[in-house]
Parts: sequence; C-alpha cells; structure tokens
Amino acid sequence: MVQQQAALLKPESLVAEFKKNCVTHIVTIPDSETNYLYELMKEQDWLSVVPTSREGETFAIALGLIVGGKVPVCVIQNTGMMESGDSIRGMSIDAGFPLVMLIGYRGWTRHGVITDSAARYTETFLHAMGINYYLMETDDDASRISVAFEEAKATNKPVAVLVGDEYHGFNRM
Amino acid sequence: MFDSADMFRAFQPHRDKAIVLVTGTSGRDWREVSEDEGRDLSLQGAMGQTNTAALGFALAQPDEKVVLFDSEGALQMNMGVLGTVAGMKPKNFIHFLMDNECYATTGGQPVPNAGNINYAGMAKEAGYKKTFSFDNLEDFADSIEQIMKEEGPVFVAMKMIPKVENEPIGRRVRKPQRSRGETIKGIQAELGITVA
Repeated sequence: MVQQQAALLKPESLVAEFKKNCVTHIVTIPDSETNYLYELMKEQDWLSVVPTSREGETFAIALGLIVGGKVPVCVIQNTGMMESGDSIRGMSIDAGFPLVMLIGYRGWTRHGVITDSAARYTETFLHAMGINYYLMETDDDASRISVAFEEAKATNKPVAVLVGDEYHGFNRM
Repeated sequence: MFDSADMFRAFQPHRDKAIVLVTGTSGRDWREVSEDEGRDLSLQGAMGQTNTAALGFALAQPDEKVVLFDSEGALQMNMGVLGTVAGMKPKNFIHFLMDNECYATTGGQPVPNAGNINYAGMAKEAGYKKTFSFDNLEDFADSIEQIMKEEGPVFVAMKMIPKVENEPIGRRVRKPQRSRGETIKGIQAELGITVA
C-alpha cells in the first residue's frame, strides 16, 4: 500500500499536460473517481469544461470544436467509450481530425485477476476500432499524453490514453 | 403540418450570415433554398449526434450565429443533448426541430410516441432560454424574423409534412452534394479558421 501511494497519478500532472498541448476544452462526463480532476479543470481560466449527458456526445462536440479551431480532449470512462461506438466511428475516425481521448480504465488492475467486464473489453474495443492507445498509471507516465497528441496530429486519428489508476490517485489526498 | 421546403424559403431571407446545419430527410430541401453555400456546414456522420456537433461548433465560434435544423428521430436518439445545450448556454445557437413524426427515409415508420411529444416543452424544461412551436407555415413565417433576433439557446419545434421514401436505397436518386469534408474546408476558409 505504501508503494502504491508513493506512485500516484496526480490530477495536476494531467492538467499540466493539457496546458502544454494547448488544450482549450475538456468534453466530459465526470465520475466519482475523477472528481478532483474535474474540480481542478474547472479552476483553470484557460480551459473550458463541457459537461455532457451521454459519452457519445463528447466525440460529436469535440468534432464541432475542432472544426471551429479549438483543441478538445474527451475525458470519459471505458464503459461510456463502448457506448460511444458509432459516434467514435462517424464523428472521429471518419472525420479525420486529431483527437486525444482520456479513458478511465474502470476495473483494470496490474495485479491479480480482472473481474470487471468493463476492463476486459476495453482494449478489445480499441483494437476493433483501430485506435492506438497508451496506458498511464503514475506521474511518470503523464508525458504519454504528449505522445498521444503527437501521434494524433501525425495520423489525423483519435488516440486513447487509458488511465489505469482510477481508484487510487485521482481523488484529493 | 407544413412543407419543409416552404419553411426553408420562409427562413432564408432572415438567415443573414448564420452558419446553417441540417439533418434528416426534411433537411435535404435546404440545398435548393440556400443562397450562401459557403456558410452551410455538414457535421453529419452518426445519427443523433449532429446536434451535439453543432453545439461544439457554436462553442468554438461564439461570434457566429449557428442554426441547426434537427429532426425528431435524431433528437430521440440523443435527448440528453437538450440538457447539454441548456447547460452551456450558447447565446449564438438556434435549434430548430423538424418533426415529421416518422422515420421518412426508412419507409415512414412512426418514431416512438409519434405525435404526442411536446419537444418544445422538453427544451423549455431542460433550460433553453426561449422556445417556440409551430404547426403551420403562416405563423412560422410571421415569427421567424423575431426568432432570429433572440438570444440563444433557442428551440423551435415545427410539424413537417413527411416526405417518405420507399424505394430501396440503391435505386434512390440523390442530387450531388458537397461532402462533409468539403463543407468543413469551406467554412474554415470562410471564417479564417486554422485547425490547431
């Protein structure tokens, strides 16, 4: 447990990455595990948070923002990503614009057996959609957000960053 | 109910410089009426999501009036958008709904609870700043000038005569139209937008 707490993924690290990559809008459905991240994002005067009713909306709103010259990131949970299949297909992949999606990896664990089907199907879903992804567990991985941005811009495709520390480091300590 | 082509003809003189997006079978009539193709934008691609894409564009370009002609079948697929739009309070967004009470493009099957849903009432309760309902062209034509002057988000429900298509898709004649990508490039050139 001590080791786990020492290797946190801090919301501040994510917000710093957003700023570094000139993100203008976060299109999101908040969840309890990421509540502090939500609060922190709302505090940034350079960042607009767009709360949505359903995860599928996030990719369509992101498309509108991109077409309008802004830099959005979709922040949702893996369950919502799977619900968003047609929106990801039609409003992101087919549209051919760069987009980074930050996906809460509910149910994932590096240790033991994964019992949550939300986690079991997450990477399978991304493979099926042809979306590349990076795993982020601690602050040491935060720079992978920049890697995802570079790849998204180079390929004009969505790239996912899976947040594999939902249950430990995302709340205010 | 009134004809969507007539409705668009009544709207066109009051469009000014608005960015216009359309969806659904009724929306196809806009192509024949629009007098400023450079400000027509297509963000279709997933049924029920054009409305949220239009919201995204309105948020990105707050100084441009954004007008969406949505359809009730699409809205029923994404009813939560009413809360999403109302929450963001885009002053530059006017959300028209063309309600023909059916899926016209698949043969005219009724949408769930067709004819019995008060969409403007739902939008009002969701938090749209102003809402309107019309079931005839005369009242719509009398009101459209004022509607276009209202501060958004505005919701306008309209009962449209269905234009049902029964031909198999492969046999349907479609007039050439600009692709989504072409309209996006056109809008970005028109407004001087650079994709970041």
